[in-house]
Amino acid sequence: MENTIQLEELFDAKLERGEFIEPKDWMPEKYRKTLIRQISQHAHSEVIGMQPEGNWITRAPSLRRKAVLLAKVQDEGGHGLYLYSACETLGISRDEVIQQLQSGKAKYSSIFNYPTLTWADMGAIGWLVDGAAIMNQVMLQRTSYGPYSRAMVRICKEESFHQRQGYEIMCVLAKGSPEQKAMAQDALNRWWWPTLMMFGPKDAESSNSAESIKWKIKRETNDELRQKFVDRTVPQAEHLGLTVPDKDLKWNAERNSYDFGEIDWEEFWNVVQGNGPCNKVRIENHVRAHEEGKWVREAAAAYAAKKAKAAQVQVA
Amino acid sequence: MPAMSETSHTKALFEILLRLGDNSLVLGHRLSEWCSKGPILEEDLALANISLDCIGQARLLLTYAGETEGKGRSEDDLAYGRLSADYRNALLVEMPNGDFGVTIARQLYYTVFADLLYSALRQSTDAQLAGIAAKAHKEIQYHLRHCTEWTLRLGDGTEESNRRIQKGFDELWAYTGDLFATTEADTQLVQAGIIPDVAALQAAWKTQIENILSQATLTLPQGTWMQKGSRQGIHTEHLSYLLGEMQSLTRAYPGASW
Ligand SMILES: [Fe+2]
Ligand SMILES: [Fe+2]
Repeated sequence: MENTIQLEELFDAKLERGEFIEPKDWMPEKYRKTLIRQISQHAHSEVIGMQPEGNWITRAPSLRRKAVLLAKVQDEGGHGLYLYSACETLGISRDEVIQQLQSGKAKYSSIFNYPTLTWADMGAIGWLVDGAAIMNQVMLQRTSYGPYSRAMVRICKEESFHQRQGYEIMCVLAKGSPEQKAMAQDALNRWWWPTLMMFGPKDAESSNSAESIKWKIKRETNDELRQKFVDRTVPQAEHLGLTVPDKDLKWNAERNSYDFGEIDWEEFWNVVQGNGPCNKVRIENHVRAHEEGKWVREAAAAYAAKKAKAAQVQVA
Repeated sequence: MPAMSETSHTKALFEILLRLGDNSLVLGHRLSEWCSKGPILEEDLALANISLDCIGQARLLLTYAGETEGKGRSEDDLAYGRLSADYRNALLVEMPNGDFGVTIARQLYYTVFADLLYSALRQSTDAQLAGIAAKAHKEIQYHLRHCTEWTLRLGDGTEESNRRIQKGFDELWAYTGDLFATTEADTQLVQAGIIPDVAALQAAWKTQIENILSQATLTLPQGTWMQKGSRQGIHTEHLSYLLGEMQSLTRAYPGASW
């Protein structure tokens, strides 16, 4: 008992000094659990996020756009891999966390439960969704768990390209024909609020937030990040000549920030709980690919085992 | 023999560049259909990588085709503005992905061919084509390693994987002869040292495929009847669907830029 208290003091002191917690260090069980939940959720978001954008790769309207979009979606898969590895350092296997995703026990970012209906959605996702993810991920580069932080540093290098390609798609559409401009506006209308929801519940209602801040897993609160995002994105929408779909949005000179309207929290909780337009489809697709790939994974394992055995026989 | 007229030379080169570019484009498109559907995440990324290389090759080749034609058509005009009858890709690459075994079988048949072809194209007397080929050939080395390794794993993995990939090789066999079909354009450009004689690559191709398949405990299909038609723009039923999907947006908004 005393031992645990001592260890906990050491752990707290480390956090206090701003040092990283590494896989071999002692850590409170709750800290480990919180990290597993957060990192696996983050990994699943990268992987499930491949679906809505993957939906338009075969229909991208130019070869350059096709290549850029495919490269972007491939990056997201790579982020999933880094994060699954970071998660494994906490003592949980990739198989197990994937199992949790497929059973619905583990969540992923709700934003990917919205459908991609037009090409402009590729612009809106890059610009808004990657833009919001960057806010979160830049903060997480300074998270207290070493492997998570290092994964974030790698990921952030690629994310700015994602946002740029999305914004560029929007720029071209906004300057294009009236139909293209309408397509861009429609995408902004559909993606704006779900993007604001990405930052999570309000601080007052967020059960995990306070503890995550205390443990320096998170460095800024949901509401702080959301405000930052709005302040950065509204001028970009203006530059595009598009209208943010919020009648309460206005500049507050006193706060030096934008005031904005209330999120539809009923929709937020419904999508989290599985009632979003695409929750079922996303998981079904993931399960189907996993099941259809089973014989391939088995073959690879059987072949590797044969080769290992043959190598052993040779050595003997 | 009369000297080849400039217009017929241009036409021949245009045809061959379309053939090369369309192969890369259609195969790249097929591979991109795997996105988020791969058997494991690592493989999703590998197929995306190969697809990206193919699309990159297609862009260079179609751009050059447009320049050769001299009517101001861009890579996108050629990719998005032609229907299947004007596409010149081999029948093999338009075949649907099927299961992972079919995809790997298609990939091996094509990549062994591409390796031989692009290796020779590096020596083309057409400097621009030689340059494109040098870059592409490096990429093809990686693609070849990838599909050879998978052929070995699946062939010599489990009973099920052996059965599935063998089926892939069997079903696609009849589409391989078309890779080596030639037209008048070949005759012209072979003489000028711009391209190798593709028909002459077939023997080496068959030996190499046979070696890899036997290493993988698989059998080389024995059928002798081969489907044909791609050189005349007569494709399988699959291509028009692929193009219909690829071109849906550009056809819905004619003249728009993206
Ligand atoms: Fe990402
Ligand atoms: Fe991203």
